[in-house]
Formats: sequence, C-alpha cells, structure tokens
Amino acid sequence: MTNQETNDQITAEMVNDMSGQKGDIKQYISFNVGKELYAVEITTVREIKGWIPTTSLPNSPDYMRGVINMRGVIVPVFDLRTRFSRGHTQPGKSHVVIIVKLGERTIGILVDAVSDILTIPQEDILSVPDKDANPEYAFMEGLVSVEDKMVAIIKPRMLFDMNLIPDLDSAAA
Amino acid sequence: MKKTALTIDDSKTMRDMVSFTLKNAGYDVVEAENGQLGLDKITGASFDVIITDVNMPVMDGITFTREARKRAEAKTTPILILTTESGADIKNEGRSAGATGWIVKPFNPEKLLQVVEKVCGS
Amino acid sequence: MSDPMEQFKVIFFEECSDLLISLEEGLMQLQAGDSDEEVVHSVFRAVHSIKGGAGAFGFDRLVSFAHIQETLLDDIRSGALEMEPAYIAVLLQAFDILSELVGAAQRGEEVADDLGSDVAKAMKAILDQTGVPMAQKDEPAPASEPEVDTDIAEKNMRLFRISFKPYEELFQRANEPILLIRELGTLGDLTVTLDVSDVPDIEEMEAEHAYFSWDFSLITEYDEAAIREVFEFVEDDCDLQITDHGVYLSPEAFVEDAQAGLFEDIEDEPDVSKTQKAVKAAKPGETVVSQSIRVELDKVDTLVNMVGELVITQAMLREQGGELLVEQYPNLVQGIEDLSRHIRDLQDCVMAIRAQPVKSVFSRMPRLIRELTATLGKKACLVMSGEETEVDKTVTERIGDPLMHMIRNSVDHGLEMPDVRAKAGKNEEGIINLSAFHRGGRIFIEIEDDGAGINKKVVLEKAIANGLVSPDANLSDEEINNLIFMPGFSTAESVTNVSGRGVGMDVVRKNIQSLGGRISIRSVEGKGSKFTMSLPLTLAVMDGMVVDIGPEKYVLPLANIIQTLRPGKEDVNSLPDGRNVMMFRGEYILLVPLYDLYHIENAIENPCEGLVVVVEGDGGVLMGFIVDDLVNQQQVVIKSLESNYALVEGVSGATILGNGRVSLIVDISTIQDMSANQSREFQSALPETNKISPQAQISSEIH
Repeated sequence: MTNQETNDQITAEMVNDMSGQKGDIKQYISFNVGKELYAVEITTVREIKGWIPTTSLPNSPDYMRGVINMRGVIVPVFDLRTRFSRGHTQPGKSHVVIIVKLGERTIGILVDAVSDILTIPQEDILSVPDKDANPEYAFMEGLVSVEDKMVAIIKPRMLFDMNLIPDLDSAAA
Repeated sequence: MKKTALTIDDSKTMRDMVSFTLKNAGYDVVEAENGQLGLDKITGASFDVIITDVNMPVMDGITFTREARKRAEAKTTPILILTTESGADIKNEGRSAGATGWIVKPFNPEKLLQVVEKVCGS
Repeated sequence: MSDPMEQFKVIFFEECSDLLISLEEGLMQLQAGDSDEEVVHSVFRAVHSIKGGAGAFGFDRLVSFAHIQETLLDDIRSGALEMEPAYIAVLLQAFDILSELVGAAQRGEEVADDLGSDVAKAMKAILDQTGVPMAQKDEPAPASEPEVDTDIAEKNMRLFRISFKPYEELFQRANEPILLIRELGTLGDLTVTLDVSDVPDIEEMEAEHAYFSWDFSLITEYDEAAIREVFEFVEDDCDLQITDHGVYLSPEAFVEDAQAGLFEDIEDEPDVSKTQKAVKAAKPGETVVSQSIRVELDKVDTLVNMVGELVITQAMLREQGGELLVEQYPNLVQGIEDLSRHIRDLQDCVMAIRAQPVKSVFSRMPRLIRELTATLGKKACLVMSGEETEVDKTVTERIGDPLMHMIRNSVDHGLEMPDVRAKAGKNEEGIINLSAFHRGGRIFIEIEDDGAGINKKVVLEKAIANGLVSPDANLSDEEINNLIFMPGFSTAESVTNVSGRGVGMDVVRKNIQSLGGRISIRSVEGKGSKFTMSLPLTLAVMDGMVVDIGPEKYVLPLANIIQTLRPGKEDVNSLPDGRNVMMFRGEYILLVPLYDLYHIENAIENPCEGLVVVVEGDGGVLMGFIVDDLVNQQQVVIKSLESNYALVEGVSGATILGNGRVSLIVDISTIQDMSANQSREFQSALPETNKISPQAQISSEIH
C-alpha cells in the first residue's frame, strides 16, 4: 500500500479503535524516523496529515520547522529527526505530520511514515537502559519489542525544549 | 417566597389600610392591636417588616420596639413606627428604642409602600 | 369593584363611633374626679386615632380641630399640664364639636367656618400657659413628597461626591446599606466604591461591628436634599458627607470648554456615545429595558473564529477569481463581491457580540484614585463618562494596566498638592476626567486633568541630558510634550514608586501600540494635560499590508505605515556601525533589513532594488523596512501563535492568507528593539571613547 493508503487506513482504524484503554493495555501508533521505530499513545493523536509546506518562524530552534494552518488554527510542526540530532528532514509528499494534542496545545510532529497501530500491555514495556545518563532519553517512556523489532515509546510532552513551550508540562518545571 | 409584614395599631381603620396596601403589594400581613399582642405575634415567627403605631393601650409602640429588639426573631427586622410629623421627639425615642425608620401620619398607600421598600427592599 | 378607600371610610366611621363613645366615657370619668392615668391615656388615644384616620381620608377640618384637642390631651398626660376641672369642661365641649365634625364628614357635608372656633380658642389659651408655642405643632402637613427639583426641563446634571460610613447602630436598627445604595442609584448615574481598609484580620473581627465605608459619585438631576432623603433614617447613625461638585460636564462640553481656551480644535464631532444619550434622555430610575440572553463565552468565541474563517475563505475566492474571470464569468465575480460585502457585515455584527462596555475597566479607577490621593496627599475627584462605550473583550482585557498607569501619572505628576493649587486659584481638589467614545471606527479613551500640565522646559532639559535629542534640535511644543513617551526618558527619580510600581510612559505607549493603538498628549502649562488614546475596536482583525520578503510573505500593520518608496542610490547612506539610513521628509531614518532580523534567505538586500516601507514605531520614531515587494492590502484575521506554540521575537501574530498559507505579522516595536540591539552589539565591540547613543549618533553624523 502507498503511504497515503496506509495513513487513511490507520486513521480509519484509529477512529474505530478509540476505546484504547483496557485495564493496563494501551494502544499506540507507531511510526519511523529513518530506520528507528517509535510510538505514541493513541489517545494523544488527533490526526495524521500528509506533509504540507510550513511557514518558517524566525529565531526558533532548528527542530522547529515552522507553522501550518489547520482549519484556521496555527499549529507548530517539529522535526523529530532534528530533535534526535540526526539532521533535517527533507520533506516530500510521502512524509507525514502526526497532529498531537497535549493539554491545551496542538502540535505537529514530522516523521517519515506511520507504521501501525499497536496494542501493548503495560507490563511488556521495558525501561530504557542508561536512562539517567542521557537527558535526551527523558522523553522515552520505555522500550517494547514488537514482532522482533524494537519500538521506543515516547511521551510527546517531553520531546521538546521546555523553555520553548513553558506551560506544556508544569511538572517539567 | 412571599414577604411577611406585621402591623400593630389599636385603630382598626389603620390596621385595615396598612394590611390592604401591603397585601396588594404582595405581602402576607398579620395584625395586632397593641404592643403586647405584637410581641406575642413575633414569638417564634419572623417578619420581613413590622409597622407599629406609637399610642396603643397595654403596650405602646416604643416599648414594643425595645422589647422586640431583645428577641432573636426581631433583632434584625426593620421596624417602622407611625408618627405624626410633630413627633421629632418620638422619632428620637423610637430610634433609641431601636426603630429602623418612621412613617409620618397621615400617609397615603404609595408613601407607605415607598418607606417599606426603603427599609425592606422590593 | 367598590373603591377600597370607600370601604375603609366605612370602617373608619364605625371605629369613630366606638372611639367617640369611649372618649365621652373617659371624659365623664375624669369629670367625676377619676384621676387614673390610664383614663387620660385612653382619652388621648381616642382623639389621636380619630385624627389619624381623618388625616388619611383628607377630612381637614376634622384633622385640624382634633389636632388641638390631641395636643392638649398630650400635654395633660405627659404632665406638662395639670388637669383642672375647667379643662375638662373645655374638653367636653371639644368632644361635642368633634362629634359634629365626624358626623359631617360621614355625611359628606360642609361645615360652617366658625364651627368650634370658640372651643379651639379656649383650648389654645390653655396650651399657651405651658409656654410651648402652639405654632410649632400647628397644621400637620399632608403626607409629604420628597423635595425634588422638578425643573427637569433644565436637565442640568450635577455631580455629587458622597462618603458614607455607617456605625454599628445603623445595623442594630435593621437598616441595610445595600438598600440605601440601591435607592441612591435610582436618583441617577451612580458609581460605588467600597472601602474595606478598616476591615481587620478575621481573628480580630467582631461580627457586630461596622467596618465598611463607601464612596459614591452620583450624577443626578436631583438636588442635595433628595440625596439626604435617601439617608433620612440613618443620618445619625453614620458619617455622611455630601459634596456638590457643581454642574456635571459631559466630555463634549468639557472638551469644548477646554478647547476654547486651551487645546487645538478636534476636526470631527465625536460620536455621541450611548451613555450620553441615556444620561440626557432618561430620567433617573427609568430603566432602559433591553432584552438579553446568556451565552457561554466559548460559543461566542467559536462563532467569531468561524466568521474569521469565512473571511479567509472569501479572500481566497477573490484571489482565485482574479481579473481573468471577469469577462468570462461576470456573474460569478459579482457574486463573490457581494459575498465579500455580506461577510464583512456579518463580521461586524459578530464582533459586536463580543463587545463589552469599558465600564468593567473603568470601574477599577475610583478605587485607584482614592489609593493614590491617600498616598500622595493630593485631592482628586474622578469623573467618568462613556462607560457604556463598547469594545471587543480582547481590548478591554488589555487596556486596564495602561489606563491605570496613565491615571497614576496624572495624579502623581499632573495634579499639584492642594496648597499649591489653592495658591494658583484652583479648587484644592483636582479633577480627573476619564471618558470613552467611538469615533471613526475606533474607540477613543481620554484622560484629562486640570493639573500643572507638562513643564516643557524641564522635559526638554531632561531629554537632552539623557541623550534623547540633540541640544540644538528645534522641536515644536507638541513634539516636546510627546518626549515623555520616549524610552529612556523616565529616570528613577521621575518615576515615583506609587503602590510599589514605577512605570514610565514609554512602557504605557508600548503597551498600547501592541494593541494596535496610538497615544498622544496635549498639555497647557498651569492648566492641565490630556492623554488621548485610540484603539481598534477589536484585536482580532487588522488592516494589513502583505509584503514579500524572499520566499515568505509577511504582514505589516497598515495603521503604522506612512509611505512606501524605492530610494535612489544617492538617498542611502551608511553609518559606521554598518547600518544604513535614508533621507525621508527632511530627516534621516534607519533602514531595517527585515530579511536579516528574520534570517530569511534569498531576499532582496539592496533597498534600491526592493522597496522601503516607512513605518512609525514607538515614540513616533520612523523606520524604513526593507522588503522585496508589496503584494496587496487586506484585512487580516489575527491568529495567535502562543496558543499552540510561543511568542516569537519580532512577530506579533500570524494570519492565514487567501492561499491558505500562514503569514507572520511583523511586530514593529520589537523589531525596533532588535534593531537597536544590533547597534549595541556592534558598539560594545568598540573602544569606550567611540561609543555614542544611536539617535545622537545619527544626528551628529549627519549635521
């Protein structure tokens, strides 16, 4: 299937599967940046959009690609690849922006492609080795193995510089 | 809830007129012929406003006011005394007994309602 | 249905016959030598009741006669007079007359003028002995009406300041301040300020004590007596001060009067705000009934946003339509034009829904004035008008602070101390006039004081000392007055820490400009000053100029644009710090390379190849923004960047253009700062001796 069809299917599944939380089994959407697989809780995801050109914002961090218009609301788009210090994404038609709602804010995360919907019991999530050594790992909730592949579960809240988005998570202060 | 008024006057005419006027304005009205009976009426019952004449047998209006203020039911109830305009002393006497205000006799229904509204809201 | 009064009359006469019987009995007893006090009392009560009832029905003859009799009996029962047989005889005669009068009243007959006059004379004679003049108790007045200045045709509104501090006793007598305040409010336009400064800590609080006091401003047609009447029951149970401030001047009248002697003429007539109309037309107490429903704010905001989307879509349609289609599809193009117009109208209506009266902001001011006057030892009276003037809630939310700062400034620097004012022949109490009105599609707020005005000499000296102007600059009076808005003008000494916050006028101006507003000041030394603030009616929509900078489009606020031009090579000069300047209308203005400040690549850097948009920034400073090209002028719906992201330096917001793309709105104030900072960075690299301030640098370089 083309990425577009995958996206559509996933969006449809997502709509049907909204009853994600069952005890301690949660649903996630997984996506890849380069060769790595990541996932976020499905409840935070609002929409999955194909890439549209952003308007860049001056004087912003380099992982801040710019803003887009989503039905009249200005939504910032963050380049996940850049956030992981792996350079800038050259976005094309196949790239995808995952629209995530964090508290009062809606933000977009630019990734290469969306992969699947995962249903993961919480007990299967393993902690990240050496987590304290690397502050960047603060945004990883844990690791899980899916079909022999490692998926890093991330908390979008923690992904971006707290100074930049001050109210995003007051606990981070 | 309807507002309640107590009118104390030994003159039936007066009582009737006050009653009539207040009832028309939506009050429930209780009558008493003198201060003592007035005290009986307020025992265990509160009113939104009390209108009392001064000169009555058994217990006059000033004494009634003083006694009423000692009672929980009427401690914070507006009490209006009916006075003739010559009664500047009466006004003072009434005030020192704890009266809220006064209505000058003779009065017409509008004036009565105006003063009642002044101390009691509408 | 029978007249209730007639019914009462029937009851009254029934009662009278009973009373007369007991009156006669009583008198007979007294005559027989019975000296029981109670008899005297009951006789007195009988006459008293007859008189009371008679008064209610207007039986004047009966009333006046009974009055004399009642007075006599009153004196006897109180002991002022000793009962004597002669008196009883007179009283019995009086009884006969009384009966006749009652009978006549019942039958509705006239009585002879001289009926009972002998007896009355006799009674008066007895009374004269007590030394108490009868006259004092003469002629009971009919149920009195409040003394009201009924000359409403004059429609002269007066301003009263009332201070009211109730004692405990007021509450003990079951009087209620809220009822008094409501009654006061029926007399006119009332502003209420509560003073809780006497309220102690809760541990020390006694439930029965009175801690509150109030200050009122009342604009009313009525006179002081009407105001006192509100407090008639409680006058002795409170501190009540009523000050008459004379005829209340509406802002137009005030401005016209002031203008005649002081200020330049205003070109247009201000729109008569609703308040003015209401104040002049409606009688106090007459409420203008308007129907309303409650709507949750969220719903309104959603509606506003949706209409905003409509505006954007409509802009897109127009753009798509373009000129190409006119010949081919004239109806379509016309339709789009009509649609655009309708949507603009719809937008106006919807914005009006969110409009709030500025009252919510103004109402904080009286308290502020009282705090200030107390702290500074000055006397000031605040007169407010136009509180009903409506403005979008986005504006009301943000003008509170600037307004408070300006009022602080007026009281602190504008008004003189009371003794100074008295010496100058002014009223010790200064007047601060705060007014709001609509004009030309904007809202104007004016703060006028009758203080000392701006001392131009001092201001000019200070500005020169702080390096804000060159010593030999030739400035007009107005330019000198407006120097107070320049950043760096207010030094620590000039900014008094009132209530712990010192604020300079430059911050105020910045605040207001960030709202898309302008502020200016006019002043006459010795007479006073007037701040005039104008604001857009809403912060949600703005008139903008879309420009190209490299591949991006930016929006400049149209209100700040002075002119656009392409300079020739000879017009552009370089400064030592690398920045460029351009000659414009006789002065050198800084050229600001937006592409640089915004880090935009592939933009036109040479102003002579692009365009320069001359804009006005803070403090009236002109700058030339270098852009590639102009795109078009349009109304833009302002979208927030902060709600999902954060503030970006140099950008005040974003908008969505007709093509659906996001475009950033240039924040002129911060660009101005960023530009100044560039110079500072450059200068900090210079050796000490070479450093000079930017403006001085410009002027010294050129002259």
